[in-house]
Amino acid sequence: MGCAQSDAGDLNQASARMAHRLSGFLSTLRNNAFAVGLKETEDAAQVLASALASRPAVLRAALKALVCARRSDWLKFDDIFDAYWLRRGMRRVVPLANAGRAMKQAERRQLAGPEALQREAGLGEEVATSNGDADRNATPPARMQGAARAERLSETDFRKLHDPEAIAEAHALAAQLARCMRSRLSRRERARLKGQRIDLRRTIRRNVSHGGMPIERMWRRKKRKPLRLIVLLDASGSMSLYTSVFVRFIHGVLDEFREAEAFLFHTRLVHVSAALREKDAARALDRLSLLAQGVGGGTRIGESLAAFNRWHAKGVIHSRTCMMIISDGYDTGTPQVMAAEMQQLAKRCKRIVWLNPMIGWDGYAPTARGMQAALPFVDLFAPAHNLQSLAALEPYLARL
Amino acid sequence: MAMSRERIAELLGGVGYVADRELPVALQLMDMLGRPLLLEGEAGVGKTEVAKALAAVHGTELIRLQCYEGIDQSTALYEWNYQRQLLAIRAREVSACDSKAVEQDIFSEPFLLERPLLAAIRRDNRPVLLIDEIDRADEEFEAFLLELLSDFQVSIPEFGTVKAKSIPRVVLTSNSTRELSDALRRRCLYHYVDYPDVQRETRIILARVRGIATSLALQIARMVEGVRKEDLRKRPGVAETLDWAAALVGLDVKDLHDDPTTVHETLRCLLKTQEDRARFTPEISARLLGRVA
Repeated sequence: MGCAQSDAGDLNQASARMAHRLSGFLSTLRNNAFAVGLKETEDAAQVLASALASRPAVLRAALKALVCARRSDWLKFDDIFDAYWLRRGMRRVVPLANAGRAMKQAERRQLAGPEALQREAGLGEEVATSNGDADRNATPPARMQGAARAERLSETDFRKLHDPEAIAEAHALAAQLARCMRSRLSRRERARLKGQRIDLRRTIRRNVSHGGMPIERMWRRKKRKPLRLIVLLDASGSMSLYTSVFVRFIHGVLDEFREAEAFLFHTRLVHVSAALREKDAARALDRLSLLAQGVGGGTRIGESLAAFNRWHAKGVIHSRTCMMIISDGYDTGTPQVMAAEMQQLAKRCKRIVWLNPMIGWDGYAPTARGMQAALPFVDLFAPAHNLQSLAALEPYLARL
Repeated sequence: MAMSRERIAELLGGVGYVADRELPVALQLMDMLGRPLLLEGEAGVGKTEVAKALAAVHGTELIRLQCYEGIDQSTALYEWNYQRQLLAIRAREVSACDSKAVEQDIFSEPFLLERPLLAAIRRDNRPVLLIDEIDRADEEFEAFLLELLSDFQVSIPEFGTVKAKSIPRVVLTSNSTRELSDALRRRCLYHYVDYPDVQRETRIILARVRGIATSLALQIARMVEGVRKEDLRKRPGVAETLDWAAALVGLDVKDLHDDPTTVHETLRCLLKTQEDRARFTPEISARLLGRVA
């Protein structure tokens, strides 16, 4: 596009070489989860042919404005540019933990490749060894054989599920549950629709023949915001028995809810929505392994909540948001931090549901210090040791 | 046709906007590639100012659309003047026109109220269209906007299609209270407006606050940089810095070290939540002041 159309052969050659370099650069960007399409390539070529390409710093600024789409891109662009054009520093920036959100559908596929496997033991691996086979067997998902069997399974404590087939069934149930929560919600929404404000434009149009006398009135309806569900899942060692089931449950929730976000926490907080939105469960787990390192260690709930409040809350919480925290409440941090952060959180969102798998145990009382600190701010404290207890949540969520 | 970045930088300086090095390049690209510019950054770093400065640079009108939750086409694009329509219907009733003609008549130009988006595409002299806080609008509105930004034409059912007389320069700002769609992000050039560094902030203060000494401006910029590094709920933006600078000038402070008490007292210009104020003890402000040369 408007390239230096010089008659000198070597100049032409030089611009061809530049174009080649540019396409190499753009594909490097693509590998780093930038959204660079055909239009961007075209525009980049135009930039390269213009006066902006005269100095590296200016070219960098121009391409930066062109191909970046969000802050995470903005922050890593300079390094990638310098590495490619000026051969400075590293050759390739590997997408890091919080880049997950920035990744687009198209890039997701690549990630499940070899790099994902090279990563050291993360959640994916842990889950994969415990039920990876089960997951593969589960496609197509094992249909429930009659209500009786499903009933029995839904009462089994997750801890006792070892048999892969049973696990697969549990997963299918979780997904189904998430689906039915959602459909209930959207039905309620429709039932609520009623005219609130008069729609003047349509009313006048309708009533021109009545001489403008508003005999037939048209109404405007206010659309209700769908409920947004944000799940914070404790993936620490003490929860390891349940983690895989809940990951599957969250997977179902993200699939089925119109608006949902998911975070994992252990000693730190990881935003996992993008990874879990992957349709294929196995691939989702691969991507998780990239993101969640250190799963199964200690828990710092308070600090994880602080991280959530500081960095994510503003973006993901709106006026119709329900927070679901799934944790046993065993916190290695101080209860004061936990209480302060819970208070912050309670101010922001509509409801906080705390699911604790331990409630299902005989003789359990919420005595853990962290749990004690958090309880005053929790709207619903419910068990989550089996699928029935999750199913019991449905009417509660539907009421919100 | 597109202004060079040097010229843009110069003109921006002329209208009192102190830009970083990358912004003029992005502004030049806007004209070169015909793409809108998406500005992100913390509140109070001067995103809206960019659009104002851009309008001043090109000597055109600034048309601003402030987005909010539930904004719809009738507030953003166009609306019919209902009162006038009703009156017109009544008036024609007497002369007994047929209703078809009346309908034709009341849905015509004089009854149309243009809202920012329609106004922006009906101007002769390319205006700057500022779509402020796009993240507050709903997803549906964003999709509608995307369509408008690619076609620059609007169809009004009763009126017909309105094509753009001139393509406006579009600036969008976002505070990232909501994740914007990938489609919109891709459509736009992107610029992240960061807090200015000490040098740039000093220049901003000098450009915006009348009668301030360079040494004081530098001290203020250094102090504000220190404040931003503290663990605050709400970090002060450029607007707050300017307020503070104006306050100090108003109180006739010549040097921050002369009067630490006043400095601490006036820090309320920078700290906007009760929590931050409580955290910011005189000791902390004295410590920060100590680092300011």
